[in-house]
Amino acid sequence: MEHALEVRNVSLRFGGVRALSEVSFAVNDGELFSIIGPNGAGKTSIVNCISGRYRPTEGQLFYHGRDITALKPNARAPLGIGRTFQNLALFHHMSVLDNIMVGRHHLLKNNFFTGALYWLGARREELEHRRKVEEIIDFLDLQSVRKATAGTLSYGLRKRVELARAMALEPKLILLDEPMAGMNFEEKEDMARYIVDLNEEFGMTVVMIEHDMGVVMDISNRVVVLDFGRKIAEGDPATVLADPHVKRAYLGEEDEVLVDPDDAPDHPSVAERVA
Amino acid sequence: MANASLIPAGDFRTSYAADTTIFPTKTSRNTAILGVILIAFAPLVLTGYWLSVLIQIGIFGIAALGLNILVGFTGQISIGHAAFFLLGAYTSAYLNNNLPIPVFFTIPIAGVITALVGLVFGVPAARLKGLYLVIATLAAQYILIDFFSRAEWFSGGSVPASANPFSLFGYTLRGDKSYFYVVLAYLLVSYLLVTNLMRTRDGRALVAVRDHYLSAEIMGINLTKYRTLSFGLAAFFAGIAGALYAHYQLVVSNEGFGIERSILFLAMIIIGGIGSISGTLMGTAFVVLLPEAMEWISMELKGGTIDRALQLNNNLTFLREIAIGLIIIAFLVFEPDGLAHRWRQIKAYWKLYPFSH
Repeated sequence: MEHALEVRNVSLRFGGVRALSEVSFAVNDGELFSIIGPNGAGKTSIVNCISGRYRPTEGQLFYHGRDITALKPNARAPLGIGRTFQNLALFHHMSVLDNIMVGRHHLLKNNFFTGALYWLGARREELEHRRKVEEIIDFLDLQSVRKATAGTLSYGLRKRVELARAMALEPKLILLDEPMAGMNFEEKEDMARYIVDLNEEFGMTVVMIEHDMGVVMDISNRVVVLDFGRKIAEGDPATVLADPHVKRAYLGEEDEVLVDPDDAPDHPSVAERVA
Repeated sequence: MANASLIPAGDFRTSYAADTTIFPTKTSRNTAILGVILIAFAPLVLTGYWLSVLIQIGIFGIAALGLNILVGFTGQISIGHAAFFLLGAYTSAYLNNNLPIPVFFTIPIAGVITALVGLVFGVPAARLKGLYLVIATLAAQYILIDFFSRAEWFSGGSVPASANPFSLFGYTLRGDKSYFYVVLAYLLVSYLLVTNLMRTRDGRALVAVRDHYLSAEIMGINLTKYRTLSFGLAAFFAGIAGALYAHYQLVVSNEGFGIERSILFLAMIIIGGIGSISGTLMGTAFVVLLPEAMEWISMELKGGTIDRALQLNNNLTFLREIAIGLIIIAFLVFEPDGLAHRWRQIKAYWKLYPFSH
């Protein structure tokens, strides 16, 4: 079966720093896939490679069988790849409505010339797309803030506007970088519901980075675990959670593993790393 | 309620079309139309001096609008705007003098040619930011001015180039009174076009590039294209304004279009409001009128009681320059968001009057 996304032996180096080392995994079409790992494990780096912000030093990326490794970031949106950012990246001085309308950039056809002659066609097109944007606003309950300037909104709302903007480009694959960071319990619950709906109702393949293990275990179909730029486990949530490497690297249960270093032959122990 | 005449206490619009109008209410639209009609009567009432001031505001207002697309909306910077203004002026004069094209057509053609040159000088903008871009645009200013003073075939070199009055197929418009309407038409069309641009796809893309270029790129916006495009658009309006200026002055020379004029264009949009279309015109009016107002004040003071008491005599001229500088500084300190912001606050105050708290 053709994968929605395949990451093949991707390595990423910044000078002497190895951010990613030969990471490989594949995401099936229609899956809700999570990337977890401790801070600095390379989760955002891999998402940046997929969205085109970084180009891998080695390895390849395939999107529905097509090699996208060297594709410019702005050429990926028309293919159907959307993303949100870990640290908010809204257009702060624009209204919420305009922020979401920017997401429809590659779907709109008017340009600086036809746009300036507004009444000859551009207006009709803009209004059609406004209708689509309103559907997204409706779905994410943003009606009350649609005219507000994005920079004035609360943190949780901004995260939601960012999701709306990514949805507006009608992606087949959506990358969510910590969609729930810094949210309270209710906001997290709402966001989890939206993500499940993106996946089930809108049929988007979701790749999500998230630290809240409860949410990850609840809603993901499969999980990949990174640590120090390497993949240490992949599989369904329950299997991954039971993996001793994952326990050691991510959940902090180091002692029992350290007692017997032979238990982890393909992964450097803490002692080795320090050396 | 879709077209309320007064600003309602809430959002009662019932169609997306009603939500995208330029003017929020019928009254504000009609007031604007009325304003234009009143302005159109200006040549019948005003003296030649005030008419020339209005024409200058109109011409510089178009150039400043171009600069505001570049600086205000796209977040770039340019201190070579005056050179593009001059390029438009020379181009239009050259085309009209050497080819059988009436001025009516050479003005837009000069705009397009200036835009193409602007695109070329905009290429570094795809890579450079902030102070580095300032230096790159400074180069544009000097390269173009140097070209004008050397290329005798094009600009007459050290001799100012002559330009013909506005003409169309043998019919010639002479005098400020009729030229006023030409400038007014160009001003209205320019401001309408840019207003439209900013509420459609490419206008939003420009602002997105300004606000967060990384996520703009993820949204499918080609950064190189839009950064260069904004230089082209800025140059286009500078070229149009320059061409209008050429056929108004009937002579074109480098005099007065050095870097200080480029900075004056920046002053217009900063005082008017960075990233505000209506503010651009307010700022231009302010910058054009301020020296005139100070001149008038100093004339009034001359020989008056204060003059005699402080024995100002010739120092009055210098004091005038100092006062202009001080007013601009005070303005930037107390109104950093420009006249457009003040205007919005005045409107907000009256919206709730008399129940504001």
